[in-house]
Amino acid sequence: MTTLTMTKVPSRAPSGTASWLQRGWRLCLMLVLLVASLGVTHMAVAQADPDREMTTAAPGITADQWRQVRSGETGPNYRDSRHESNYNLINASGETWRILRNRWVSPFGLIAIGGMAAMIALFYFIVGRKYLEEPRTGRKLLRWSLLMRALHWTVATLFITLALTGLNLLLGKFVFRTLFGDAVWGWMVAASKVLHNYLGPIFGVLLVIMLISLIKENIPKKHDWVWFKKGGGMIGKGHVDAGFCNGGEKAWYWLLASVGILVVASGFVLDFPNFDQGRDTMQWANIIHAVGALGLTAVSLGHIYIGTLGTEGALEGMTTGYVDETWAKEHHNLWYEEVKDQTISEEELAARKAGDSGTPSPAKPS
Amino acid sequence: MAQMKFMCDAERCIECNGCVTACKNANDVEWGIQRRRVVTLNDGEADEMSISVACMHCDDAPCMAVCPTDCFYKTDDGIVLHDKDLCIGCGYCLYACPFGAPQFPQQDAFGERGKMDKCTFCAGGPAETKEEEYQKYGSNRIAEGKLPLCAEMCSTKALLAGDAQDVADIFRQRVVHRGHKDGAWSNNPQASTDNLAYDAARKG
Repeated sequence: MTTLTMTKVPSRAPSGTASWLQRGWRLCLMLVLLVASLGVTHMAVAQADPDREMTTAAPGITADQWRQVRSGETGPNYRDSRHESNYNLINASGETWRILRNRWVSPFGLIAIGGMAAMIALFYFIVGRKYLEEPRTGRKLLRWSLLMRALHWTVATLFITLALTGLNLLLGKFVFRTLFGDAVWGWMVAASKVLHNYLGPIFGVLLVIMLISLIKENIPKKHDWVWFKKGGGMIGKGHVDAGFCNGGEKAWYWLLASVGILVVASGFVLDFPNFDQGRDTMQWANIIHAVGALGLTAVSLGHIYIGTLGTEGALEGMTTGYVDETWAKEHHNLWYEEVKDQTISEEELAARKAGDSGTPSPAKPS
Repeated sequence: MAQMKFMCDAERCIECNGCVTACKNANDVEWGIQRRRVVTLNDGEADEMSISVACMHCDDAPCMAVCPTDCFYKTDDGIVLHDKDLCIGCGYCLYACPFGAPQFPQQDAFGERGKMDKCTFCAGGPAETKEEEYQKYGSNRIAEGKLPLCAEMCSTKALLAGDAQDVADIFRQRVVHRGHKDGAWSNNPQASTDNLAYDAARKG
């Protein structure tokens, strides 16, 4: 081995004095270059200024990059170490949602509901209840079937429960926590959430069924416009033309058919996070849900007032199913004209209730 | 009283996920929940940057403002904590949080999310006993005079935790060292290079 390398080394090296001279020259040149380059770098270091260092050092993070982060944008090469995360770095719409909810929806929702209650109270004290103008004839007309009444009261109970639990979730913390203490408040708000989340879908399904079964009676007619122009005859003695449903009932129907459905749909988005909808979707669903629901709650107070305290003879239609002939004549004259031959006396009604005549269907034009 | 803050120096973060691991270990966090995450922007490109994020313990915390049960509170050290006994898992804190900090153990139908969990700045939470506190919220290192483990473990000291003033001072020194003009106080060309007391509000 040793002999082999010994013999090979000279063969590689250049031979003769000329080559030695050449090598020496190269060495000198290299030394000169080295010294020169050292001098140059030394000068460069001495002249270094912050501006230059910033541009030559590893790229820093620029304000533009932070602006991009703040905007909530994510590029294709965005990575998140969290398992199955679909979140960007900054949830830019969170603050918008917070402002909309806290500064607009909650105070103005309260104002809408409170204002409606105050207006109704004022109306009641100034104008008062609408009594029947003529004495009751004692003859009855079937207005709501048992099925419709059951449906109405189930939906109504669910609506009130959802409204109260929803209001508790939005505004309860300002009242009940200080009033009752943490233990009771914790129980209250947890119960509110569970009731709201589990009863909501039932309400949604039943609302759709109710809307479908009442659509025929709620198709807008020309006389409904007149009804509105005359304020539904709520003030004064005059009566306005109305079919089975008057203009106000139709307005309430179509409000439920539009805003109500919107509230139900957005509620489903919020109630089923298992479909992996993002934060942004749920923020908007929440705002739509809250605005719609608060509006409906405010208007529902009007519906409740007119149906109970506000009008003599209206509530019995939805409790017993039957209304008095006079009531029908005064409030739904067009319907009355169509079905006036179907009236029954109170004795007949009592017999019908005691007997087994099956389930009668509401008086409808034949 | 201190104002506790996290700060991640994105020019130092090397996306090792040590903070994530340290946090999970220190707080025995539930399976599926990761209180801290590391986000990488422009991964694989020349301007790639990583940053470790968790609850930033905001001064004006959006979670606190929107919580229907009012379960959040701020400690004297400026740490945002929450009471899991009051939490109903509605998810509103998650909608509002700028940093995606609140997480839920479940994501089931009828809004069944379980109790929200988030970074506590290693300061535990409200509980009767120490065991209960650990089981619900993880360790309370602040009570032991220690800083959050994520920042303590950070290998490049990219992640800083502590009083806002101290964290800011450390970071400013770094920025100055990196060669920012104006002593890192501003980008204002009027500010002189050496005047660290430059007041941007005062003209001239």
